[in-house]
Amino acid sequence: MSILHANEMTVSAANANATETLTGAGFEELKARLAKEQRAIRIRRFTSNKGAVFGLVVVLMVLLLAILAPVICHYDPLALDTVNRLKPMSLAHPFGTDTMGRDVFARVLYGARISLFVGFTVGILSGVLGMVVGLYASTNKLADNILMRICDGLKAIPSTLLAITLMAVLGADIRNVIMALTIVSVPSMARLARGRALVIREQTYIEAMRCLGASKLRIMWKHMAPNIISPIIVQVTFVFASAIISEAALSFLGAGVPAPAPSWGNILNEGKSVIYQAWWIVCFPGAFTALTVLGLNLLGDGIRDFIDPTSEG
Amino acid sequence: MKRFILKRILSMIPVLFIVSVVIFSLVHLVPGDPAAAMLGDMATAEDIAALHARLGLDRPLVQQYFVWISNIFHGDFGDSVANHQTVASMILSHLEPTIHLTILALIIAVLIAIPLGMIAATRKGSVVDHSVTVLSLLGISLPSFLLGLFLILVFAVRFKLLPSSGYVPMRQGFWMHLKSILLPAIALGFMNAAFMMRMTRASLLEVLGSDYIRMAKAKGVREMAIVTVHAFKNTLVTIITVIGQSLVQSLSGAAVVESLFAIPGLGQLMVNSIGRRDYYVIQSIVLLIAVFNVIVNMFVDILYGVVDPRVRVS
Repeated sequence: MSILHANEMTVSAANANATETLTGAGFEELKARLAKEQRAIRIRRFTSNKGAVFGLVVVLMVLLLAILAPVICHYDPLALDTVNRLKPMSLAHPFGTDTMGRDVFARVLYGARISLFVGFTVGILSGVLGMVVGLYASTNKLADNILMRICDGLKAIPSTLLAITLMAVLGADIRNVIMALTIVSVPSMARLARGRALVIREQTYIEAMRCLGASKLRIMWKHMAPNIISPIIVQVTFVFASAIISEAALSFLGAGVPAPAPSWGNILNEGKSVIYQAWWIVCFPGAFTALTVLGLNLLGDGIRDFIDPTSEG
Repeated sequence: MKRFILKRILSMIPVLFIVSVVIFSLVHLVPGDPAAAMLGDMATAEDIAALHARLGLDRPLVQQYFVWISNIFHGDFGDSVANHQTVASMILSHLEPTIHLTILALIIAVLIAIPLGMIAATRKGSVVDHSVTVLSLLGISLPSFLLGLFLILVFAVRFKLLPSSGYVPMRQGFWMHLKSILLPAIALGFMNAAFMMRMTRASLLEVLGSDYIRMAKAKGVREMAIVTVHAFKNTLVTIITVIGQSLVQSLSGAAVVESLFAIPGLGQLMVNSIGRRDYYVIQSIVLLIAVFNVIVNMFVDILYGVVDPRVRVS
């Protein structure tokens, strides 16, 4: 019904315009109306995918909780309160307290900040680096050989182990976590970007640009990059999700974010030793991690279907 | 076929070389002096110098690499810095639990995933199909250590059915052994099962849509026979790939799961070595698993040729 209506509007607007000829205000108005319609259609297409909407809502909720942590929860995530150790859930402590009497709810909220920050940074960094490596590899034979061989070598090492090794060598620190996880995820990103770039490079419009004498850099960044960015964006969402998992795993092993800081992995690690006395320390941050990752994966799937409808399974 | 296999084996060599270079360089990423880092803050200058000489750190990097790699070919992975054992003997003594855990995880994954994936593909849109979709989504979002923690909460803490930690070797009784690695194997296998399910379903769906299947249906072949005989063969390539990947995934995922369930396997050895700054142990384990990964991939490639004769030609 609504689609029909939208089409009718376009047609009538176009007719009205044809008689008026393309002049000033009428044309501008038509353009604005068309843009508005396009937007409405896009929103409708995105919201028709239930999973994607659910994912987006979950991610936004967690993001909101992380940003508003000091407003929602008045406890300091690092404040010790040894009298109230391992207290179960109550009104004062909705998620209970941990081994040192710290409020688990506060720690989960502030942990969301760390986990999301690490995941987001790793996603963006590996997206950018992957694109740089992929684009240069696709335009330069020598660079291609060297870069892709290094990528093959890095990809042959299972990512968990590579991340653990890097953390062992670099030392437990939030900056190093980001660095290690970026190194782990750049190779497949670069492969993806290179694969797309190799296809784009052969297209006529790039050839035309070359004939016109556009510089290599200009072709690469102004004409090729926009065409390879959409699969990269989708991949960034998935890397975001897997970086959250990896960060939690590394911190859980004691090789991630250093101890007192409340990352989800750290809370889980501390909760593990008292799992028989206090199930809530493990349960809540675990649920948050799983839900956030699920949300990001659903969102990634949704974005992929939205950008490229042919990929729909 | 022989030429095909030989080509696959030869193509493995450059990858192995690069992998070894990458892993070798990892340890040299240590900020500052690796010897000083390994010995900790209490080390005296003489200790550091002695370790330097012992590890050959004063030689040029290229020479160090060749000494390292030729030692490995002689089965010498170096000595552990933390306790006075060779790395090789440490790895050997931690090998068994990891192998058993990985195999059990793989069996669990295959037994769950392939039948469910096939049922989902043949009954598209049914309850099974929907639950397979949900399960595979959950599997991707639930990392193994998290699932492991939840499993401990339910089966060890709440119902006290299975132990939450510890490892009983096979020689102390099969059932005790199985009980001790069941939860970690489920935790490890679930993620792979999810992935396998997804792939089996997708590839079987694709095959079921092809013309020769319609032909078989028109001939009046029973549905059971179509799926198990006609369609299954063509999904084998996908299934082999996924099983190969899952094998490596379980082996590397074991690092986290083993430390969660306190199973004295390779993964736990590796994680414990982080705290001890025992870089050579970490390096050797990563090298072994990466080489194993490359070999598994080669076998998968060769199996393609066995299953699908078209691959052999190209």
